[in-house]
Amino acid sequence: MPTWKDVRADFPILHQQVNGKPLVYLDNGATSQKPRAVIDALVKYYERDNSNVHRGLHALSMRATDAYEGARARIAKFINAADSAEIIFTRGTTESINIVARSWAQAHLKPGDVVLTTEMEHHSNLVPWQQAAKASGAALKYVPVLGTNAEGGLDLASLDTLLTPQVKLFAFTHISNTLGTINPVAELCRRARAVGAVTVIDAAQSIGHAPLDVQELGCDFLAFSGHKMCGPTGIGVLYGRRALLDKLAPDETGGGMVVNVTYQGATWKPAPERFEAGTPHIAGAIGLGVACDYLDGLDRAKIREHDDGLARIAYEKLSALPDIRVLGPKGERGGLVSFAFPDVHAHDVVTFADEDGLAVRGGHHCNQPLMRKLGLTSTTRASFYVYNTAEEIDVLVASMRRTLKFFRG
Amino acid sequence: MSADLTELYQQVILDHNRRPRNRGRLPTANRVAHGDNPSCGDQCSVYLQLEGDRIKDLSFDGSGCAISQASASLMTTQLKGKTAAEAQALYDQFHQIVTTGNAPDEMSDIGAFAGVHTFPARIKCATLGWHAALNALKSDPTTVTTESHND
Ligand SMILES: Cc1ncc(COP(=O)(O)O)c(C=O)c1O
Repeated sequence: MPTWKDVRADFPILHQQVNGKPLVYLDNGATSQKPRAVIDALVKYYERDNSNVHRGLHALSMRATDAYEGARARIAKFINAADSAEIIFTRGTTESINIVARSWAQAHLKPGDVVLTTEMEHHSNLVPWQQAAKASGAALKYVPVLGTNAEGGLDLASLDTLLTPQVKLFAFTHISNTLGTINPVAELCRRARAVGAVTVIDAAQSIGHAPLDVQELGCDFLAFSGHKMCGPTGIGVLYGRRALLDKLAPDETGGGMVVNVTYQGATWKPAPERFEAGTPHIAGAIGLGVACDYLDGLDRAKIREHDDGLARIAYEKLSALPDIRVLGPKGERGGLVSFAFPDVHAHDVVTFADEDGLAVRGGHHCNQPLMRKLGLTSTTRASFYVYNTAEEIDVLVASMRRTLKFFRG
Repeated sequence: MSADLTELYQQVILDHNRRPRNRGRLPTANRVAHGDNPSCGDQCSVYLQLEGDRIKDLSFDGSGCAISQASASLMTTQLKGKTAAEAQALYDQFHQIVTTGNAPDEMSDIGAFAGVHTFPARIKCATLGWHAALNALKSDPTTVTTESHND
């Protein structure tokens, strides 16, 4: 088991200066950095094995196919899916959710039905449902968030009235990318199942930070992105329960997903190929498999302790700044902290932080309705990962003090 | 603090950010346009009281970073009494300043925004209010919403 300091040596990008200061990368909620092992896997694939999958009988194509399907099996194990056919490769969380919103919703939603989601969703787990509701005539309802700074998380009591038999689908995030709230997803799945609703979990912010077991959670669909868990960009996963996937029509059609094509029509392969039309991101899938190895090597339970622990320290230290509003729960939280000042805008904060070598995020974090509800237009967010340290939080806090001094005088 | 940052956050800009001029909804306005910067969430509404071709009075409202708010505030002080053509010409000069960093000496106030050019991501912030004002000038006397601006 490496120490957390050793982990930094695995990430080549961290060893650089930005604006003359050592880089302090605290924008992991947007995307994580990549360990050497993942970078090497991409290079190795393109240098030795590159070929198309499922098509050729030559050596390279077989190697590429084995590696691609091996990655699928690796990822199935990573989330404890019952069957690797339940792992569909996509471009990322956004595409994964869109597939469900189009394929599943189109076949199942009708006027009078309800799609339930929450007030804390990322636009990617919100706009697709608005579109699905519009197209089908179903209603879209929201589980409210509690507290002026949303420190209370979701209003679970409201589920008693919101979760009716009319609810056909319930989509919610595991960890809020703006608040850091960890939702009780297993309980939400259980309650949804009790009324016969299908569940969709947005695991974008949790997948790389903690152990995750889809069978234990009891979800029907789960979406995540490779790039937030040490993997490449452009690759992600839609997990779907086999029984549901087999009944689902494809969203995109074309090569690779068909069994028999005539001039009159076509028949579909089973999942996962049915949902992977065209040449997939082969290198990306392989890189994602290696990212799974890397994270398991660090022990995901320990990663959770480390990342969430840093967020709690940051929450404490930032709360001591004058006139700061720190969002989200006070106690247990995921590995990120968002905050706002009434008189200094997040973009000015981020510009000053950049001068201190800090990469933090300023903006609405693809959470406009929640921001509006909280009476904010933007926040600054620090999000933590395996290579971050408690000393880096001190750099962050010092940078905030400097910025406040400049603007407040 | 680095020279670039000192250049960006000039005294004039900080002053307009702290004490914005002509902020709020102008009761006598007969034109209004709204500007959005969807990537960062900055918003700016500009209210014009247009008499013939001349801006008799104007105000702005909105939220955003110091650069966007100060720019809109300063703009309202510059455009009062100007014709539509004069406003466009002034914007062209302003745009030149924020994209090249070259401010002619006589442009003392808007010249304060020259430092923006070393922060290309902030050019949109500096021009947001101006875009709204120019759109308000072009619109018919009803509310017009503009979408993003790409410069
Ligand atoms: C909670 C949440 N959902 C969805 C997404 C979208 O992920 P992607 O852009 O990789 O599709 C993000 C990423 O910012 C996120 O934080």
